[in-house]
Amino acid sequence: MSITAEPPRQQFQSDANRTSTDAPRRAAVRRALSNYQTARDRTGATFTDWKSARASAATIKHEAVNHLDRYLEEFEKKFSARGGKVFWASDSKQARDYILHLAKEKNVRSIVKSKAMTGEEIHLNQALLEEGYGVVESDLGEYIQQLKGEPPYHFVFPCMHLRRDEISDLFQRELGTEKTDSPEELTMIARRVLRRAYVEADMGISGGNFIVADTGMISITENEGNARLTVGLPKIHVALIGIEKVVPCLADLALFLPMLATAGTGQHLTGYNSMYGGPRQPGEIDGPDEFHVVFLDNHRTRLLADPEQRDALHCIRCGACLNVCPIFKNIGGHTYGTTYQGPIGSVITPHFRGLEDWKHLSGASSLCGACTETCPVGIDIHHHLLHNRRNAATQKPAPGEQFLWRAFSFLMKRPALYRLATKFAPLGGMLHPLVQGSPLDPVASWTATREFPAAPAGSFRARFRAHTAAKSAALKKGGVQ
Amino acid sequence: MRVTLFVPCFIDSLYPNVGMSMVHILERLGHTVDFPEEQTCCGQPPFNSGYWEEARSVAVKQLEAFKNAEVVISGSGSCGAMFKVFYPELFHGHPGEAEAKALSAKTWEFSEFLVTKLGVTDLGARFDGRATFHDGCHGLRELGTKQAPRELLRHVKGLELVEMSEAETCCGFGGTFAVKYPQISTAMAEVKCNSICETKADYVISNDSSCLMQIGGWLNRNVGSVKCLHLAEVLASR
Repeated sequence: MSITAEPPRQQFQSDANRTSTDAPRRAAVRRALSNYQTARDRTGATFTDWKSARASAATIKHEAVNHLDRYLEEFEKKFSARGGKVFWASDSKQARDYILHLAKEKNVRSIVKSKAMTGEEIHLNQALLEEGYGVVESDLGEYIQQLKGEPPYHFVFPCMHLRRDEISDLFQRELGTEKTDSPEELTMIARRVLRRAYVEADMGISGGNFIVADTGMISITENEGNARLTVGLPKIHVALIGIEKVVPCLADLALFLPMLATAGTGQHLTGYNSMYGGPRQPGEIDGPDEFHVVFLDNHRTRLLADPEQRDALHCIRCGACLNVCPIFKNIGGHTYGTTYQGPIGSVITPHFRGLEDWKHLSGASSLCGACTETCPVGIDIHHHLLHNRRNAATQKPAPGEQFLWRAFSFLMKRPALYRLATKFAPLGGMLHPLVQGSPLDPVASWTATREFPAAPAGSFRARFRAHTAAKSAALKKGGVQ
Repeated sequence: MRVTLFVPCFIDSLYPNVGMSMVHILERLGHTVDFPEEQTCCGQPPFNSGYWEEARSVAVKQLEAFKNAEVVISGSGSCGAMFKVFYPELFHGHPGEAEAKALSAKTWEFSEFLVTKLGVTDLGARFDGRATFHDGCHGLRELGTKQAPRELLRHVKGLELVEMSEAETCCGFGGTFAVKYPQISTAMAEVKCNSICETKADYVISNDSSCLMQIGGWLNRNVGSVKCLHLAEVLASR
């Protein structure tokens, strides 16, 4: 679980050991994601040319991310002109303090919140609860996770790991409702609680999927209508959004909305797509009296300063890379111990929270590249895992490992020594004494669950030499006759 | 044509038959096969572990070993990808950059070389049995090889080729990953091998021996009946 005092690497390792052998859970996650894949393939096929769409999306995000200064200020100007307020938060604390201060100043008592990973990132709910504010998550999956006291399992499908009966038991325990196996009934139970929360709340908090610079609006994509109620009903609204979510113009959404829906859930478009340009204007019948947008940096600019990995800021948080990742499918979301799970999380978390503490996530990958292949905005995800590994080894080499690779290269850059060694022992045998008995011992690690191939009679080079000799002998013989 | 073989270190030591099968196939097609004895390892293990300086020191030796080659053929999609895709990045801004780019340009994965460069799909091979093909991730996603091995296998007499579900899902090898995170790697192998077993195939064929070491390692411990073969071994059969 992610909230733990254990150092991140140990927590990851012990959770991975447990979850990777949990066959029923792994099978359930795989089944759910195989349904996603079917839907996504079908919807993706309706794009005339997915590859070109992807290239366009990457170009647009590249333009936006490389001119954040211009586009965010353009947004601020337009949004403020309609009475909206923009707060620029450098880190989690500034963002939390702004929201807490606002809640105190306006005598807020209860808060309803729609899905926002930025909220998870800055531990907003915890801070609000500690100050005595009631907060209710209005996205069904997030609501379930809130009741369960667990962070989201997947940043798009927060409770995808739970079975229906587990949700029913949770509701029975927390809300005193009857057991049911019907998804409709379970939804209705949550709906009854949530409807009351919207009406009672005097503050709504949301995230945002896109910041549209040229119109000064934020765009929110959802499937339950809960974000619409969260923004529309309470008097005060706060949208907490990462600065990288900007796109230059409204027309860009013609590409991004269907793309996000396709990659995220396999839908053509999500059920609800809304644009918000600020508080209720004179003559309008609904909307909040106050609309605050909190731009969250929280080390995104650190990533921006890295030209090699800057494209990780193109991410539209569709979750597709998690859905195709064989690591995610086998260890599940909580094992990562991060706000953003899966391949993209493994790339960005070291930038957000420190390479030394989070480099193990980049190591825990077979580098298969399924993530990069599926990414709708063309982020070079799996190569960035390699870059993180290189940066970690350069910044602070692990002594044992560095020694091993030095010994490895010592041997491999001396062909004569290598040949001599292969003559007397198979490859593994030569290096094995260096690490035998240590945690780096690859043989013990391999043979615990897998057989090692039987050593052949001779190396390829020995056989090739014999083959060449036999051929030239035959040639000579042929020449004599 | 003079064809230079790149036989990665683990194929050299553990799977010599794969290398010899490539030699036989290329010689039957009338090519001269050359094997520079100075070659050792592509340097991928330290490279993937983040130790690029150590990787470069090994890679430099391969640049020298293959300097005079006309074309370089790799029997491993992964080590081939190291030459073709990662060497230019590894040497970017370092001595050897031009040589790395040159090696990249003349490196071919074995099946792609046969089908795309030589235009050969029927090697006159005969192999009796039911088989499924596993796409190694590096061959598939770094080099873009998907159809070439299947084209070649479709022309093998006696061979019944069946696709497994999720053929493109990683087997969980991933080099040092397999021993650094053995539990995750093994869980991935299990998923892969279940897909293989569902096809009721007698053989699993791949163009990457490293994947086969992982798949075979799991199958031999848990199943026993499915055999692993490198594409070249099947194509060399008569």
